[in-house]
Amino acid sequence: MSQERAPFGSFKEIQERQERLAPGHRLCAGCGGTIAVRNVLKALHPGDKAVIGNATGCLEVSSFTYPYTAYEDSYIHNAFENAGATLSGVETAYHALKKKGKIADNYKFITFGGDGGTYDIGFQSLSGAMERGHDMVYVCYDNGAYMNTGIQRSSATPMYADTTTTPVGKNSNGKPQGRKDLAAIMAAHNIPYVGQTTFIGNMMDLYQKSEKAIYTEGPAFLNIMAPCPRGWRYESPEIINICKMAVETCYWPLFEVVEGKWSLSYRPKQKLPLEEFLKLQGRFKHLFKLGNEYLIEAFQAEVDRRWEELQNKCE
Amino acid sequence: MIKERMSGNEAVAYAMKQINPDVMPAFPITPSTELPQFVSSYIANGEMDTEFIPVESEHSAMSAAIGAEAAGARTMTATSSAGLALMWEMLYVAASNRLPIALALVNRALSGPLNINCEHSDSMGARDSGWIQIYAEDNQEAYDNFIQAYRIAEHKDVMLPIMICQDGFIISHGVQNIELLEDETVKKFVGEYEPAHYLLKKEEPMAVGPYAVSCYGMEAKRAQAQGMMNAKQVILDVALEYEKISGRKYGFYEGYCLEDAEYAIVAIGSVCGTTKDAIDALRAKGMKVGLLKVRVFRPFPGREFAEALKNCKAIAIMDRAESFSANGGPLAAELSAALFQAKSKAEVLKIMYGLNGRDFTVEDAEKLFDDLRDLAENGSQETEEYRYIGLRE
Repeated sequence: MSQERAPFGSFKEIQERQERLAPGHRLCAGCGGTIAVRNVLKALHPGDKAVIGNATGCLEVSSFTYPYTAYEDSYIHNAFENAGATLSGVETAYHALKKKGKIADNYKFITFGGDGGTYDIGFQSLSGAMERGHDMVYVCYDNGAYMNTGIQRSSATPMYADTTTTPVGKNSNGKPQGRKDLAAIMAAHNIPYVGQTTFIGNMMDLYQKSEKAIYTEGPAFLNIMAPCPRGWRYESPEIINICKMAVETCYWPLFEVVEGKWSLSYRPKQKLPLEEFLKLQGRFKHLFKLGNEYLIEAFQAEVDRRWEELQNKCE
Repeated sequence: MIKERMSGNEAVAYAMKQINPDVMPAFPITPSTELPQFVSSYIANGEMDTEFIPVESEHSAMSAAIGAEAAGARTMTATSSAGLALMWEMLYVAASNRLPIALALVNRALSGPLNINCEHSDSMGARDSGWIQIYAEDNQEAYDNFIQAYRIAEHKDVMLPIMICQDGFIISHGVQNIELLEDETVKKFVGEYEPAHYLLKKEEPMAVGPYAVSCYGMEAKRAQAQGMMNAKQVILDVALEYEKISGRKYGFYEGYCLEDAEYAIVAIGSVCGTTKDAIDALRAKGMKVGLLKVRVFRPFPGREFAEALKNCKAIAIMDRAESFSANGGPLAAELSAALFQAKSKAEVLKIMYGLNGRDFTVEDAEKLFDDLRDLAENGSQETEEYRYIGLRE
């Protein structure tokens, strides 16, 4: 039984695991979504079976283009707004068939959605699936806009980001609102596990959170900041630096909520100014124009406020 | 054989209990709410072991049904009106994924105005979604149709979802006598669900719901259309087998005094009972009138309907759903086309009736037959493309 083994594989052991997202898919070079899926699936213990779900989005149209699938496991895409409900149906079927003795194997259920399919149009479906307590993991690969349709704002888009529906112009500084705190909202569902992470160092934070999410009984939610080179406007190799700066500036803190207990996974030794994160991305270029210093100040104040709030929860 | 008195909802819920499918995601909506309620009670009392998913919307009900059926579970749901409308997008996905889900539909008007009464606008709106649609005149037929549903939907030449429709309140809440089959008879008739491919099949991981570019998508549609074409024969075969266990005969339609009828009404659902009363009264006076009661609307047996109506001088085609086409309702449009193809010379009256639960009476039917005779004898005096019956002055 996988549950009886040591809680986490070693870095080397994880690296040697079979890839469950096969190469040959059509996602962009430097796409964060791909990195998220590949590494979450690597947290599945070798030999364990899974059904992978997926909301409509870049990931789906690029990884399951008929007649090719990039998934080694069974996979279901249904529509944009219903990844939660769809996988809850699959998971329920598993219990029904198991009860009747029609299947013997153990399966895990993991579904992926972008922030559009998760924060916005699929929000109700996600909330319902989590509230009903299905034994599944919902993974949001959060790239902060509707990238598949061409970089429109979502409720996960950070404030002031330049998107195609919040374009920067004479009368606009980009998105006027801050981003929705979905991880906190999921924690408010009182589910056993919520984790927030991104691509840091050797990915052990991502592996460990994925493994906890997958092997915790009941519903789990994982929010992974997954940069998009097209939407954020950076050169592909910059992705790792962007993720590092998101964490070091406390724009994207790493934390988890286990059975209602909040804890920080990483506390920067010295919190860096937000500019270190913003300056790496074309979508924030306008913030660095002379006269726009007040925008960065406002954004910094918002990041500071949320960081304080998070630390209070974690105490 | 069990003799009982039941409402349409009770009868369909009883069929659900006897079939005992694996999974039911559902969301309450008037007048189908009783279906998930009855099933929940059966489960709570240990009379069913279906897994019920109390989803947070009908969109999620159909989404979860798609997930469950794709995973290899026999799946059902129930809804009405706005609930079906909220499922709309997913109805197409269920059909294109070739998932034989059964949906108990209790027909009710779509908004607006907000109205909870009988109308066929919900299922007629979904008529092109790729679902088989079978309609009932009463509780007995609703029960019988539901028991035949999975045999049709799961047939390897069909593999399409199926909607078993009954009129809201008039059938769903009207209590009538009914003959039920024994549990064992139903179990044996319906059989075990053994899909060829499913997500949880150990030997064969599979992927469901691809993105298809234009060099593949059209073939998928054609293959799906073939399933619907094949459904015609399967519906008849299953009906024949069902007759053997129930003694009740079913086909694409029921003809009532139709063979020698000069004037015919074509209709769907509970209104057919009313029409039969009018026919009995007029036949007693020597008038050659008859009824074609549509049972199967998808696939649409247009050729068979036209053949059954070939001796009629005038036909009234009755719709309980506006299509706002300025050309009459959906049954009138499709049957008129079938009559034209069959080179019918009959006069046709397109009728709109019963919207938002408006009554259609025996007197309305008698008057309509008189009008058909007048139409055949004197030609059309209609000033509009189609006619409303039962409107307030």
